[in-house]
Amino acid sequence: MAAGDVPLIPGGGFEDLYENAPCGYLSTLADGTIVRVNRTLADLIGYRKDQLVGRSRVQSLLPAGDRIFYETHFAPLLALQAGVREIAVELKRADGGRLPVLLNAVMNDEPGRPATVRICVFPATGRREYERELLRARQRAERSEMEARELARTLQRSFIPPALPEVPGLDIAGAFRPAGDGDEIGGDFYDMHETVGGWALTLGDVCGKGVEAAVVTSLARYALRAAPLRQPSPSAILADLNATMLREHTPRFLTAVYTRIGPGETTPFRLTLCLGGHSPAFHVHGDEVRRIGVPGTMLGVLPQVRLTDVDVGLHPGDVVLFCTDGVAEGRQGTEFFGEERLERILAASRADDAASICKRLMDEVVTFQAGLPRDDIAIVVLKVPD
Amino acid sequence: MVNILRRNNVRITGKPGGRPMMFAHGFGCDQNMWRHVAPAFEDDHQVVLFDYVGAGDSDLSAYSPGRYSSLDGYVLDVLEICAELDLADVVFVGHSVSSMIGALASIREPHRFGGLVLVGPSPRYIDDDGYVGGFTEQDIEELLDSLDSNYLGWSSAMAPVIMGNPDRPELGAELTNSFCRTDPEIAKRFARVTFMSDNRADLPKVAARSLILQCSNDVIAPVEVGQYVRDAIPDSELVLMQATGHCPNLSAPAETIAAIRAFL
Repeated sequence: MAAGDVPLIPGGGFEDLYENAPCGYLSTLADGTIVRVNRTLADLIGYRKDQLVGRSRVQSLLPAGDRIFYETHFAPLLALQAGVREIAVELKRADGGRLPVLLNAVMNDEPGRPATVRICVFPATGRREYERELLRARQRAERSEMEARELARTLQRSFIPPALPEVPGLDIAGAFRPAGDGDEIGGDFYDMHETVGGWALTLGDVCGKGVEAAVVTSLARYALRAAPLRQPSPSAILADLNATMLREHTPRFLTAVYTRIGPGETTPFRLTLCLGGHSPAFHVHGDEVRRIGVPGTMLGVLPQVRLTDVDVGLHPGDVVLFCTDGVAEGRQGTEFFGEERLERILAASRADDAASICKRLMDEVVTFQAGLPRDDIAIVVLKVPD
Repeated sequence: MVNILRRNNVRITGKPGGRPMMFAHGFGCDQNMWRHVAPAFEDDHQVVLFDYVGAGDSDLSAYSPGRYSSLDGYVLDVLEICAELDLADVVFVGHSVSSMIGALASIREPHRFGGLVLVGPSPRYIDDDGYVGGFTEQDIEELLDSLDSNYLGWSSAMAPVIMGNPDRPELGAELTNSFCRTDPEIAKRFARVTFMSDNRADLPKVAARSLILQCSNDVIAPVEVGQYVRDAIPDSELVLMQATGHCPNLSAPAETIAAIRAFL
């Protein structure tokens, strides 16, 4: 068709529409060999059309990473569904630079003709930069989340001693299981250390979770470690902790049980324990399971606290259990694990060693909650071997 | 109890009791890759198609980064399917990275495999001292970027809709690129495992009779790499195909079928 015969179309003839379209246009054979390009695309990547047509394959315009993507995703998709949209790649420009683009393509597979692929090329420098920003922001967020989780787990581990001390004549075991999948730091803790003339065991639960709870847990743990040097009785030590918490204006309160363990006069061991808002401990003696301790005031709330020391003698075969409310308050639907169930398990396993009792109780509580406890669970078991 | 057939979306067609033929997809897609090839063997073979865990219509919840941190996890998928179906004398047809997965599986349990068809195999994609794989580590990092860029629109909420209704394509039709969709994190891990692996030392241990189908102009697995594989596997032959690119199973099914038939 001679130039003069081109019908007058507002905005230009077909050739002009193709060549100077506001997007790049590229046709290839099925193997990627370029058979046609428009001027827009040639200009965008800085080649003359005759440098591309019949000489290059579209893959050779792609950097290596995109080339793999083309072969493993783009080409199979084209074959399977005849068209692909919004594929993000970069084109290598003649001057060595790269042009981020989005590609839409259709497979044109008419009988009797070689299959061709028609590809529209949309320069997308700004959009791709924005998307990369979003991607980087997401990666940063994921990294922070991972770090926060790691921090929580590390901190949590510091609340629980890696091993409990050896006390001659006493079998001791402890266990801890964080709530859910352990991503959030909780406030359960326990600790055991030697004091003048005996041992001290502390177990407690700071209200709430997260960083504030962790700060209070740390404070409580260290205050309780330092206290026996000055204070003679568990109730005085907990009162001291209460005063410290009020003085420090800690944002959370806590419950704790403090137990001094020493030799008894008529029994191998004697416990002196005090409950600061904590639920009683369980003492298994023969066939009997008793709750021990006098309920007292929780710590970190009121300036005046009511705290009572209780003495308990431990005989051979006796078992004592300390735990946080994650045990009794473990839930399955509307049903609580409960103290009766806990007592039954204790009574049934009292002949076992401390580690077995501890493990059995933990297993039962976790299983009761389908493997995902709603609250932290801390358990310490003392057993006087027969 | 893991239901392996459900986990790997195993589809069994063809002649019951016939010699088993197992078709394994490569990185980037799923068992759809074999839709033009596998049916040709249904008359005289028991055809087994499956998706690796993490791909296609497999059970995504069965994916664990630990198990699939090397090709071994994918090898286990193959061996577990073979064990579940009690297959022996299998003709394993593996595309791309699946060629190596099949080779490793045949080394691990030789009694299961009667023949290997390796379509576009590469034991190592990254160039090494005296070895040309075709890529550098930098290239593979770029691929991971490319995957990131192209999965921006991926929505995990949509995946079950598409994957759970293979017989209702209209559900997927509104979504672009509805085939071969994969969770982007899994795709990136699989890309890393695939392109960072080095199985050159394993090839001489392959005892099964092997056919290497080598495309012309394959930028992922060049001819030199195909020849390397042929030289390294003792009982192997190489067929250089007219087909170009990396996916002759899609671009040249007739030639692919004929070459496999001739091998059988």
